[in-house]
Order: sequence, then C-alpha cells, then structure tokens
Amino acid sequence: MTLESLSFVEAILTSAVSAGTIYLIASVGECVTERAGVINLGIEGIMAMGAVTSFIITLAYGHLAAILTAALVGAVFGLLHAFLSVSLRLNQIVVGLAITWLGLGLSAFMGTPEVARDLLKSLNPAVPEYLAELKQAPRLPEVRVELIAGVPIVGRALFSQNVLVYAGLASALLFWFILFRTRWGLSLRSVGENPALADTAGVNVFAVRYLAVIVGSALAGVAGAYLFIGYQPFWVENLTRSRGFIALSLVILSSWSPLRAIAASFLFGGVESLQFRIPLRGFGAETPQLIMMLPYVITIVTLVLISLASRGRIPAPAALGKPYSREE
Amino acid sequence: MAEDLLERPGPSPTSIPKVEMRGIVKRFPGVVANDGVDFTIYAGEIHALLGENGAGKTTLMNILYGIYTPDAGVIRVRGVPVRLRSPRDAIRLGIGMVHQDFRLIEAHTVVENVFLNYDGLGFIPKWSALESRLEEIASNYGWRLDPRARVGDLSPGEKQQVELLKLLVRGADILLLDEPTSVLTPIETKMLFKTMRRMAEEGKSIVLITHKLSEAMSVSDRVTLMRRGKIVLSKPTKEATIEELSTAMVGAQLIGDAGLEERQSAPADGAPTLQLSALSVMGDEGVLAVKDADLTVYRGEIVGVAGVSGNGQTELVEAIAGLRKPVRGRIILNGADVTGASPRRLMELGLTYIPPEGKKWGIVPELSIYENVALRVARYAPYSRLGVINWRKVAEVAEKVVSEFRVDTASIKSRAGSLSGGNVQRLILGRELTTSKPSLLVAAYPTKGLDIAASEQVRRILSKLRSEGVGVLMLSEDLDEILELSDRIVVMYGGRIVGVVGRGEATPELLGVMMSRGVAASASA
Ligand SMILES: Nc1ncnc2c1ncn2[C@@H]1O[C@H](COP(=O)(O)OP(=O)(O)OP(=O)(O)O)[C@@H](O)[C@H]1O
Ligand SMILES: [Mg+2]
Repeated sequence: MTLESLSFVEAILTSAVSAGTIYLIASVGECVTERAGVINLGIEGIMAMGAVTSFIITLAYGHLAAILTAALVGAVFGLLHAFLSVSLRLNQIVVGLAITWLGLGLSAFMGTPEVARDLLKSLNPAVPEYLAELKQAPRLPEVRVELIAGVPIVGRALFSQNVLVYAGLASALLFWFILFRTRWGLSLRSVGENPALADTAGVNVFAVRYLAVIVGSALAGVAGAYLFIGYQPFWVENLTRSRGFIALSLVILSSWSPLRAIAASFLFGGVESLQFRIPLRGFGAETPQLIMMLPYVITIVTLVLISLASRGRIPAPAALGKPYSREE
Repeated sequence: MAEDLLERPGPSPTSIPKVEMRGIVKRFPGVVANDGVDFTIYAGEIHALLGENGAGKTTLMNILYGIYTPDAGVIRVRGVPVRLRSPRDAIRLGIGMVHQDFRLIEAHTVVENVFLNYDGLGFIPKWSALESRLEEIASNYGWRLDPRARVGDLSPGEKQQVELLKLLVRGADILLLDEPTSVLTPIETKMLFKTMRRMAEEGKSIVLITHKLSEAMSVSDRVTLMRRGKIVLSKPTKEATIEELSTAMVGAQLIGDAGLEERQSAPADGAPTLQLSALSVMGDEGVLAVKDADLTVYRGEIVGVAGVSGNGQTELVEAIAGLRKPVRGRIILNGADVTGASPRRLMELGLTYIPPEGKKWGIVPELSIYENVALRVARYAPYSRLGVINWRKVAEVAEKVVSEFRVDTASIKSRAGSLSGGNVQRLILGRELTTSKPSLLVAAYPTKGLDIAASEQVRRILSKLRSEGVGVLMLSEDLDEILELSDRIVVMYGGRIVGVVGRGEATPELLGVMMSRGVAASASA
C-alpha cells in the first residue's frame, strides 16, 4: 500500500467515526427505548432541538453547558412522548411523528438569526449579538489520546476525536452492560417483551417505560448537540437531514444491541462521508441528488437484507409499539 | 404477620391444613363462577381438581393466587386468615401458580425468566451462581434443563419446568397447576407426575387441575369435583371410582356410546378429496419439518395423524390449510392443484380448518361472539351485500351457532375472549360447520383442553361429518381418541409419514413403537 492510499483509508475511517457518532449516540438511546417496548419516532425532531440548543448555549455559556442543556431538552421532549404514549396510551407512531414535526419546526424557528440573537441576548448579554447572526459556534476541540492515537489508521480514527465521540463509545458500552448484565436491564427488557408478565412480577412497567423514553430522548438531544458542535458547527435549517430516521433503522440493523450499534453507526458514517469523496465527475456531478440519496438507499437495502436473512422474523422486542394498560 | 409463618421450619401439624378456602363466591357479569366453594389443601398431598369447561376451577385458583378478589368468603393459609391482593402476596405466602397458558418471555433465557425481579438479585446479578442453583434444583427432580437456553427453543414440557422453577426458587410450597398436562406428550406427562410425587414427598402441596379422570385417579391423593361453580364431591382418591367421578362431573348428562355403533360402519368408498404427493414443508427453524409426505384422504373417512409432538404434524396441516408454503410437492383438493393457494381459496374449494389453540388462532378475543362469526361469513351473501354487512343475518347465524353447539355464554354480544377454553372450541367448530359445507375438514387437536362431555361432542361431530361424506384429517395427542375415531391412522416421525395403519390392525402398542422409533408397521411384526 502506498503512503497516499494509506492516508486515504485513514481519512475515510476518521470521517466514518466522526459522522457515525451522530448515529451512534442516537441509536444507543433508541436501543434502550425500544428494548422497553416504546418506539420513538421523535428522535429526528429531538436531534434538531439538541442541535439548535447547542448552537445557542455554546455561544452563551460554552460547550459543556451546551451538551448538558441539549440532553435536558431531549429529556423534556422524552417526558412529553412518554406522557402521551405511555400514560395516555396514544399510538406511538403518531406521537413520535408529532414530536418530530414539533422539534423540526421549533428548532427552525429558534435558529433564525433574529430569534437566535434575542435568545442569546437574554441568556448572556455579555456575548456580542452578531455571533448568533453568523449562525456559527466554536467546534468541540479534538482530544488526542496520545499513546493510542499514534497507532496507524485506527489510532487516528478512534483516538484523535472530540470528547463526544468518546462519550458515544462509552455510552454504547455502558448501556449494553446495563441492558444485558444488570437487574435493571432484565426488568427493562422484560417490559419490552411482555409488560403484563413484568407487571405481575412486580416490575413498575410505567416507570420503566418513562425512564427508557426519557434516557433515549436525552441521548438523541446529545446526538443533536454533537451534530452541531462536534461535526458541522454551522446552523442551517434541516441540519439533521433525516439522520434521526436513519438512526432508527440502525437500531434494527444492530438488532437492538448497543454494541452492534457501534459497528452499524460507523459503517453508515463511512457511507455518508464517502458520498462527499466520490469524484464530482460524470454521473455524480450532474445529479448530486442521486449521490445524496445513497445513505437512504443503503438503509432500505440493508433492512431488506436483514429481513431476508432472518426469514422475515426480525427479533424485535415482542411488545414494541404496544401501549400497556393494566386492565386484563 | 402472615409472612413470618414462612420461616417456621418443619411440616405444619396435620390438623392445620395448608390452605382453607371457605364460602368463596365470585361473580362475573352473567355467571357465578364460584358459588360458595369450600376447598382445603393439606401438606404433602396431590389434590386433583376436576370439572367440566366453565365449572370454575381456574377462577378458584386465581382467587387463591391473588389475581381475583372473591366477592365473599375467607381464605386461611396455615391457619392464618389472609387477604391476597396480588400474586406477589400469594408468592410471599408460599403459593405459586402455573397457568393454563405459559407466562414466559420466549426471547429470554431460562435463568432470566426464573429470576426476573427476584428479590435477592443484586444490581449486577451473579448469573453463573444462579445458573448452578437452577441446575441443582433441576437435577433434584431429574430434569435436564439448560439454564442458558432460550425459552422459545424449549419444548412444552421444559417450559413447564421453567414455570415450576420460577415458583420453587421463591420458596413456593403450595403449587397450583392449571391443566398442566394438556400441553404435554404422554412421556412428558409421566415425567411431570414423577416430579409432583417427589414434591409431595418433600411436604409440598399440589393442586392438579385436569379433565382427564385417569390422570386424577393415577396420581392424586384426593379429588375434588366442581360443577357450575359448586363443589359436588371431595374425597380421598382411594375411595373414588372413575364411574362415580364421570357421572358426578357431567351430572345427569349421559356419556353415550350411541355414536359408537354408527362409527363402526365401514367408510363410504368415496372419491379422494385430498391428495398430497411428495410434500415437503419448511419448519420455523429453517429445516424441513415435513419430508416427502404422500397421503390421500377420501370422502367419508377419518384419517388420524399420530405422533409425538414436534414431528411435523402441525406443519403438515398448516401446509394443507394454506398457512405455510410447501417447498416441494403438490397438494390436490377435489381435483384442483392448490399447492400454495391462499386459505381463502382453499375454503372456497371446500376445505375447513380448525386451528390448534383456538383461543390464540381461532378467534379475536377482543371482538364479540357474533363479530367473530362475521369474520368467517361477512364476505358472502346473504351476510353482506356490496361489502356492507347485514348484522341481523350475522346475528341470526351466531345465535344458531351458540345454541346448536351449546356455547355457554350470556349473549352473542359477549367478548369471545371471556369464554372458557371449551366454549371457544365449540364456537370455532360451530362457526365453521354452521356456515359452510366442507368436503374436507382438517382439525388440529380439536379436543385439546376440552372436558369429557365437550370432547365427546366434538368426536360425535367429526363422525357425523364422516357419515355425511366429508373427509376428515385430524391431529390428536390422545392415542385413545385416534384409535376410537380413525378409519386409518397415519404415523409421523421425524417429518416423515412412517406408516399408515388401518383401523383393524392398530393397537396402542404398535402405534407407540412407531411414534417413538419411526419403525414402519411391517418391521414391528
Ligand atoms: N375474567 C372473566 N370475565 C368474565 N367471565 C369469566 C372470567 N373468567 C371466567 N369467567 C366465567 O366464569 C366461568 C368459570 O370459568 P373458569 O375459567 O373458572 O372455568 P374452568 O373450570 O377453568 O373451565 P375450563 O376447563 O374450560 O378451563 C365461566 O363461565 C367463564 O366464562
Ligand atoms: Mg380453566
């Protein structure tokens, strides 16, 4: 391998990881939510809210506050979702889509220069207002893990990234451990498989579902924050570009396991960054839309392949999408 | 409090029963399910609870397990009056129940199922220690059960062991088993009875709900019989006779042999209605469940399919009913090639299918009885015109189904899910047979879970259909039933039809050998 091709691979891997982290954080959260039997189609909108929040709060108070606030905003949206879908037992699809539209609309509104400026002014008058109008915020700094980052190719891809990339990986490990190794995880998975049985066994089905939706939504908020301050710190409307929905399908691809979500997310991160590296010549140059479609086409193709490979029996949590009520 | 009593070592004195239920009353809309029931359980006994479908057995046990609160009556556990508000209260008092349908999480492992929300679990459970604990209990009862196996992969007998383990690890010593044998093969049933004996020797008390008098006679120490919500008989098994029990069970109703003579008549030499040639069907696990099956069913005969469960019988009938696409071979129904045809087309060509586990596959429990009837007929005149259902006509035929097939219900507007198991089966049979004239009836375990009278009624229906020239293909786990009804018996083993035995030659011994070893009839001579 020539030095040139080596650095090409390295560059692809690095951007696969940095693009994939958006998916990773969101799909780890959604794994947790769906394992409890609730599907959250709202993560697209929650991600958008997380992104706009991080845009404004970073300018006002800096990165850490931005990440925490994005998580909090996500959690609040999660609380709303849980109230509608768990307590009122409304159809989860409808609730999720409503939250997506709400999040997309509200974030677009908050991101307009005037509103962003006013928000910034009221939060922290010391910051010059024009920063909000520029629609930019400082990017999260890279944190090199010196020893390992020196390892060729993988070292740079994995260990010369910003702190949210590490947090994403850590959350995958943490939530995998909680889901599959702890008592809580067992209760949570049981709620997603058979809530009536979990209920008679003394598990508080409602509490578990609330918590799972809120945690998943908080992570979706953080994924949005990462999308903005960690990946593309320039605000545009529709910044998320359906990445929330791709994260939803990656949950299926990783068969509801946060560990497999790492591989699935980085794979898709790779696909997404490849599309910018396909030479802008011939076919792709005149119709960039076709290349932009790539991630979505690949999503559909992979889902079809999974369905075929599992002979139509995707091992989804058995009670996924089903509201639970105590009577009978 | 009552909980302290659990800690008390040693067996309780025989004078104090483990459980005393006095004057229990439970009403449901339109029925009194328990009408002043007295029921006592002693230490170390196997207590058989008998009764027809809808007699109130399950209700009584649900009350003792804290699922229902009685409208009247008292419950004493080890002499102490208790109020059971939930199964958890019952478990704390050492009472555990295994329901008619398993309550397990198929996607989880055995050990995960057993220890779900178990009290002394710790935040990070020591799974390997828990696994060895299960292995220990399992080996005590002679079970071979892998704690790490996924429950969905287990046989019904093993699932039942998992249910028992759930109760045993929580220290239950009063075990309520609701029709545990209805899902088991004869071998598994024997195994369960051995386990129950061993538990009784350890001082545990077991209530066995069953419809099968022979089971009650062979394994229990005491029998109690319910009819229409009341106890009609309770005595030591030694002092009871099968005749006495069966008369008491059905009341004045006669268990007739009237139908039997009619059955003896030779089958009409009808035309073939169903022909299978080299039929192969894929099972759920992706391996062939049925291999190269050749079979012809003629009009006017009953063909029984015998086999240990899991040898391809279910897949065979599902393929015939259009629920599973065959991978090879052909299915001919009344001369037409129907390989891979839809259930609806099959129905229109004269096939009627009675699914197994009626409550699960045969009805929509949330809908009313007449809506369940409508599901079957709504497509056809006079029940609908231009897609608009004529509910008056549907109600008429639903009333007819309910009265002719003696479905025990307050009204055709009741939820189908509120019917007892036997009544669900009557509803399904009634619906299928009142609303169509089949030339082939395929019935998967039609009497499973039914009481004596209901089973007998189903058998009569089947032989009546036969004499009307309908071809019947029937699955059953009850060898006696197969021997009694069938003109020819097909034995399946490992997915193959290993032999076809005529009614004259078939004996339980011969079939037993073929079922367990797959030896063809000729080889056993
Ligand atoms: N939850 C319920 N709601 C309304 N009616 C009920 C309910 N549970 C039971 N019943 C009615 O109470 C009566 C007794 O039912 P139960 O299930 O106790 O009978 P069973 O003896 O267990 O019968 P089987 O042998 O068919 O299981 C039946 O008429 C049944 O329809
Ligand atoms: Mg019952």
